[in-house]
Amino acid sequence: MTQVAEQGTSVIGKKVLRREDPALLAGESKFVADLDVPGALNIFVLRSTAANARIKAIDTTAAKESKGVVAVYVAADLESEWAGPMPCAWPVTADMKNPPHYPLAKDTVRYVGDAVAVVVAEGAEEAADAAALIEVTYEELPAVVDLEEAAKDTHLVHESLGTNTSYVWELNPNPEALERAFSSAKYVVSERYIQQRLIPAAMEPRGVLAIPSPIGGDYTLYSATQVPHILKVMAALTLGIAETKLRVIAPSVGGGFGSKLNVYAEELLCLALSRRHRRPVRWVEERSEGGQATIHGRGQVQNIELAADENGKLLGVRVSLIADMGAYLQLVTPGVPLLGAFLYHGVYHVENYGFKAVGVFTNKTPTDAYRGAGRPEATYAIERAMDALARKVGVDPAEIRRRNLIQPEQFPYNSPAGLVFDSGDYPANFKVALDRLGYSKLREEQAQRRASGSRRHLGIGISFFVEMCGLAPSRVLASLNYSAGGWESATVRVLPTSKVQVVTGTAPHGQGHETSWAMIVADKLGVPLEDIEVLHSDTAIAPHGMDTYGSRSLSVGGTAVHLATERVLDKARKLAAHQLEVSEEDLEYSSGVFSVKGVPGKVMPLAGVAFEAFTAHNLPDGMEPNLEASVSWDPPNFTFPYGTHLAVVEVDEETGKVELLRYLSIDDCGNQINPLIVEGQIHGGIVQGIAQALYEEAVYDRDGNLLNPSLADYLVPSAAEMPSFELGQTVTPSPTNPLGVKGIGEAGTIASTPAIMNAIVDALSHLGVTNIEMPASPERVWRAIQDAVAS
Amino acid sequence: MKVSMKINGVEYERDVEPRRLLVHYIREDVGLTGTNVGCDTSSCGACTVLMDGKSVKSCTVLAVQAEGAEITTIEGLAEPDGTLHPLQRAFQECHGLQCGYCTPGMVMASLSLIKENPGLDERKVREGLEGNLCRCTGYHNIVKAVLQAADEMGVKA
Repeated sequence: MTQVAEQGTSVIGKKVLRREDPALLAGESKFVADLDVPGALNIFVLRSTAANARIKAIDTTAAKESKGVVAVYVAADLESEWAGPMPCAWPVTADMKNPPHYPLAKDTVRYVGDAVAVVVAEGAEEAADAAALIEVTYEELPAVVDLEEAAKDTHLVHESLGTNTSYVWELNPNPEALERAFSSAKYVVSERYIQQRLIPAAMEPRGVLAIPSPIGGDYTLYSATQVPHILKVMAALTLGIAETKLRVIAPSVGGGFGSKLNVYAEELLCLALSRRHRRPVRWVEERSEGGQATIHGRGQVQNIELAADENGKLLGVRVSLIADMGAYLQLVTPGVPLLGAFLYHGVYHVENYGFKAVGVFTNKTPTDAYRGAGRPEATYAIERAMDALARKVGVDPAEIRRRNLIQPEQFPYNSPAGLVFDSGDYPANFKVALDRLGYSKLREEQAQRRASGSRRHLGIGISFFVEMCGLAPSRVLASLNYSAGGWESATVRVLPTSKVQVVTGTAPHGQGHETSWAMIVADKLGVPLEDIEVLHSDTAIAPHGMDTYGSRSLSVGGTAVHLATERVLDKARKLAAHQLEVSEEDLEYSSGVFSVKGVPGKVMPLAGVAFEAFTAHNLPDGMEPNLEASVSWDPPNFTFPYGTHLAVVEVDEETGKVELLRYLSIDDCGNQINPLIVEGQIHGGIVQGIAQALYEEAVYDRDGNLLNPSLADYLVPSAAEMPSFELGQTVTPSPTNPLGVKGIGEAGTIASTPAIMNAIVDALSHLGVTNIEMPASPERVWRAIQDAVAS
Repeated sequence: MKVSMKINGVEYERDVEPRRLLVHYIREDVGLTGTNVGCDTSSCGACTVLMDGKSVKSCTVLAVQAEGAEITTIEGLAEPDGTLHPLQRAFQECHGLQCGYCTPGMVMASLSLIKENPGLDERKVREGLEGNLCRCTGYHNIVKAVLQAADEMGVKA
């Protein structure tokens, strides 16, 4: 960098309205299901109705004769299409068991929803009608449903493996010291928590459209995906298509939350069938089908132990959990527990740490990353356990936290799990939150209510979270055996007419990157926002990218945009200096114009520089034409957003009903680019976490049937159940990236589940209630009260 | 069978199967894809449109039932020159949408809520939109947007 002073237009930190909105609000945006391609075939995927069964026979005769049907295929018919099995990119241990997984089940079905046949027809309804005529004969086997039972290997999901355990992954830097911490502790709490399975339920069901080019053997794959770049690589490998012949486009995508961070059977089927039939092939998921066929989240049985001294100060944290893989390993299934593995001590300083995860197969829909992925589970365990410790020590839950918080002077904090927390002032954030809530006053009100014998109990729940996001430093990913990097790429080009094109490798599906990335560029270049166009989610336009998940897009992708813009400006300065016949040091840049210091009127606007770069008539020696720069940025560390979330609930002892009276959060995500978007992410995240606490669970019966795959049965909360939220912030910029940003996409979900559950248990603690399983339905709460009172 | 109706002021007639749902008539036969399908149990409200001025989930109405009706979809809300309706504008100003998939249905349901319920407050908006699910916004800003638009539209009326 030169010493030239640069002044941005300071749009950073302003609530700029989203440019994505007008088209979405007018109904003009195109989702995959909206794409109408003449001559497209439609497919229907017939799914297993048995959880664990041998396929004895499949009779497709009637289906093949059904109106509009072009073909009906079972696994054996399509074997020649696959160059390899469906990908799992995260072999977490060298001996991890990963049974081959193909788009259609061959001899054995392993979950209700496993694909057994595919009908190809002219129309979608014709395909569905024909599928109803297929007769499959199953020989049912005992279903492996319960996690702890699965670990005992009584019945097997994959017989050839001889076990249901996929892997055991441990992190225990100093086992003897950890043991000593527990044996010398004054207090030990041992808690067992269930992370129920959740259905991500993005509002847009998945959809796929594969189009073979009439010439050249190319394919274009449209998919409702968060990961067009990863999908391109994986689909090319799986289908044996040269990567150069495959273009993947994610058009408007209606939410993901991790459920579209995958490589799915239907994406591969559509591509394979478009290759076979030389016609476009299309599939749109039905919601109830998606409940079975799209990945689930969570699914863990957690055991967490805390050791503490006589003052309640933590001496050790020890975690052992079983994680539900479901029937197969999808893209990052086994890695999800690892994303939490380093964070089970939360925001608290502790020297001794141990973690162990056992991944087991069950006869259920595969699990994978769901908003927060591993970090909500970790935060839940430590925050619930801290409340348990507070009860044991006999101090207020706020006080037990104060005594254990990592202090500001400890940053950068070398965590006992081996991470380096980048920055933070936890006590300050905590104090702001408690003060703003009126914590002490609420405690007084709670005491008064209890004294008055009220049967409507007040509860205050604290959750103080820290997460690691900004996935991810590639070297760290290598140490965790992840099969890809964590960098992000960006290209910024100033066109001859001075319009600016920004190409990003991120793949937004509701996060507003087009707006935020334009703000980053506008700030640096001093050009109007309207002159900047952000392009993404098309591998022909944005060839390099690692896509959008794990709250990575701003801190990694936004930083790449920032750095590419700087590089463009550096080149522009060199060119301007050459044209104005001054040295670069004599130039200053403001509001899109280079001017020579002390020489009024001697100026060159960026537009002029861009045109000169285009004509290339008079460039400095050695300078290439065009004003463009590309950057691939690999972050040196994760970022560590944190914050205090507080819930106030009222629990009706008569009915067990929980009413959420207030919810307040003070989040610290570092610098904010667009606070409007930050707040929106927090709101939505909070509700998704509350939903786990109070409403949602993918319920299986003993035979492995998913009882609630539809939105009629799976309780995604509506506006009527939710309150408005009180948000605040502290700002501790991250030193990890030049923007000082951390990430906010998952924070609300990570934090809110334990806040709610702690509040409910807090409300009922004087009755002897110490735990309630999620979702805390009125029945569960009522039973917990009865059990506590009875004992 | 032939089914005709007026959608956003334009008369359409299409030959469809008796089982054709209104939402598929709108999306596939007429080609107006702004109305989305989010579920198969009439739970999510993404497909909400106005039928003779009242909001309906267009997946619960057969196309034949809408014979002769006047339908308004999200495409029919803005001015012909593209100027957004005050309700659409409020959604943008309050950041009441993220992925935008539930938005057309949410906006149409809100429009009928505002028109049918003078004196809306937060509670009434929340209860009035109970049949429309959103997974992104946590509803906070949707409620804000509807109240803002209700104010503005009330002043205009």
